[in-house]
Amino acid sequence: MPVSVKHSQVIYDALKACGVSLVSALPETWLVHLIRMAEDDPEMTLVRLAKEEEGVGISAGAHLAGAKSAMLMQNHGFLASVNGIVSLARLYRIPLLMLISYRGEFGERDPWQTEGGGTTEPLLQALDIPYERLDEPGHVAHRIRKAQALTESSLKPVALLLCRDLMWEE
Amino acid sequence: MLRIDALRAVYPRLEQCVVVTIMGAVSAELQSLGHRPGFFYLQHAMGLASSMGLGIALARPELPVVVLDGDGSVLMNLGGLTTMARYRPRNLVHVVFDNESLLSVGGFPTATSTGSDIAGMAAAAGIPRTAEARTIAEFTAAFDEALRAGALTTLVAKVEAKGPPVFLTDLPMLENRFQFERYLRSLRASGG
Repeated sequence: MPVSVKHSQVIYDALKACGVSLVSALPETWLVHLIRMAEDDPEMTLVRLAKEEEGVGISAGAHLAGAKSAMLMQNHGFLASVNGIVSLARLYRIPLLMLISYRGEFGERDPWQTEGGGTTEPLLQALDIPYERLDEPGHVAHRIRKAQALTESSLKPVALLLCRDLMWEE
Repeated sequence: MLRIDALRAVYPRLEQCVVVTIMGAVSAELQSLGHRPGFFYLQHAMGLASSMGLGIALARPELPVVVLDGDGSVLMNLGGLTTMARYRPRNLVHVVFDNESLLSVGGFPTATSTGSDIAGMAAAAGIPRTAEARTIAEFTAAFDEALRAGALTTLVAKVEAKGPPVFLTDLPMLENRFQFERYLRSLRASGG
């Protein structure tokens, strides 16, 4: 499976460097290595979800309890989480660091991923969620650190889009 | 059984716990008995109170956490039962007030009114302890057992579809949120 182990490690190390101690996740192809890294790390609490919106509740609880967390999900999981993002994270001013695998962009070969691809950024904009792309390893750590700083200071959700050029080796 | 009577019966224990409630009648009734800094009322995001409780319980295993849920909310996040069961924190008690109704939004019947069994679904999801209570005595005994058990429990309290005349309280949501966070931090500082 040509998902980049090396770049997944760069992302994982950056999350750890930010003090993230809890990760909620719903598996998808591009996230397999990240989820395995969280699973193998005794310092990390990994919560495997049935549906991504649960992760908003878990992150909110973790934040109020004093733990830093991140959500790992596909963009379709982001679409499935919208009410939780709006009526929990935003309503209650909860920081939320969302790492969203960006399926359905240029290069996508799976037809079923293509509608979600075109909807992801317009929805982030409609929800007024600041976001940046992670598409090369050199800027990953810096952008994750900046995203974590903003979500903590603004007490609002932020998103990082895990892009094909970073996650997939062809 | 009235939910307010059930809440009153266990209120002295709730004061010793970290409590997350759902919106509407449950929130208003608990507040009418007396707000405490360890009580958080999730006024929207139906279904996610149990997920919040799970997040708190996992992040702070030393704290006794109680979620006061409802049938309508549980039905919106049935998958969450499987997630709770998977991690089964020993410090979490999941109470579901089942009035077979979406009382706060007009009283329309939920699927528990036609036989869907929340305690049964929780057990089938893998929650290690489940119970159902129909009287105050049963509920109080089952709640105390759940607090003592040291194993994740879903306790379904079958209650009448009756609630307070108004759901608005004088506690703003953000005041509640920041007070709750500060309170949890103070418990850490004091080693509690």
